[in-house]
Amino acid sequence: MSAVYIARATTVAARALDGEMMIMSAKDSTLFTLNPVGTAIWQAADGKTPLADIVQQKICAQFDVEPAEALQDAENFVGNLANHGILLVSDEPIAVVKPPAGASQ
Amino acid sequence: MGEVASVAAHTLVIEIGGVPVQVRTDSADFLRMLEGRYSGFLRADAQPVCELDVELVPPGPGSDDDVSVRFDHGHWLIERGDLRAEWDPVSGRASIRQFANPYSIDTALRIIHSLILARQGGLLVHAASAVRNGKAFLFAGVSGAGKTTISRLAPPDATLLTDEISYLRRNGHGYVAHGTPFAGELAKVGENVQAPLAALFLLHQAPENKIQPVSEGEAVRALMESILFFAHDSQLVNKVFESACDLVRRVPVFRLSFVPDHRVWELIA
Repeated sequence: MSAVYIARATTVAARALDGEMMIMSAKDSTLFTLNPVGTAIWQAADGKTPLADIVQQKICAQFDVEPAEALQDAENFVGNLANHGILLVSDEPIAVVKPPAGASQ
Repeated sequence: MGEVASVAAHTLVIEIGGVPVQVRTDSADFLRMLEGRYSGFLRADAQPVCELDVELVPPGPGSDDDVSVRFDHGHWLIERGDLRAEWDPVSGRASIRQFANPYSIDTALRIIHSLILARQGGLLVHAASAVRNGKAFLFAGVSGAGKTTISRLAPPDATLLTDEISYLRRNGHGYVAHGTPFAGELAKVGENVQAPLAALFLLHQAPENKIQPVSEGEAVRALMESILFFAHDSQLVNKVFESACDLVRRVPVFRLSFVPDHRVWELIA
């Protein structure tokens, strides 16, 4: 199975408030609040690290969860955020273009 | 020599939140309606930042449609069954075709103000607001949460800014709440005054009066649900979200559970 790479979309606004990661999907004006596992995936979505490695290094190492189940949940989560234009998903590493200084991110 | 038909243009300037908007129409009757509806917000001497040319068209069905707001080739297009407006945000000029009813122009004004405010870090919020002791208080909630009730229960020393749509502008390290003519069930226009925003209350009717703090996350979620913003524009949607996050960091937010009688105002000062 080929690796899956994920990157944060550069056009979304995200803020950590009281430890909660909140992300605005401007595509459909939906506000997402991520749980700690989702936040860990979001923060690790650098376009270079395969999703399976993120799950292994960031999720299984920090949370009490079965690896296979964690990967399945992560794939569902990523697919959901990708549908809202919040995450970019590719089977190749994703070059992340940094937004101009002062832009939303 | 034949007669030259001429139609006099009637104008007035409606200033809400310190933003003067000129409305121009050929209809003296329509102008009189505007003068009555926005009487506390007319500013003959203000230099308008927007100029709206209103053309009245015969009424038809469709005013209950959802409004569409989109940016196309440098213009905002605002469309609903009773209203079509095209606004150039650079020149500030708009042409509006609408039915001759107050709701259509009210809708156009709300949307244009929401677009202006979004860029400036301000917000239009579906909330009641009032000034007491020189401080403004905002009361947000879903329909039925008690915006009209708490407005109706306001004591004589409180000045009602609105029972329906609150107008917030960024100012220094905080926010200022302005009165609006956008009335709700009370059908009472707010006072055209302003005051620093001291607190945002999320309304819940309950068996007892109680104020509780809420987390920043809960405050942002509740505020986002109450913000009036119609435009499908990713940059502005993100800007509105950032303004909501900024506001809850600068202004205390509480859940206000209240019994619908005047004693609730003992908690608000």
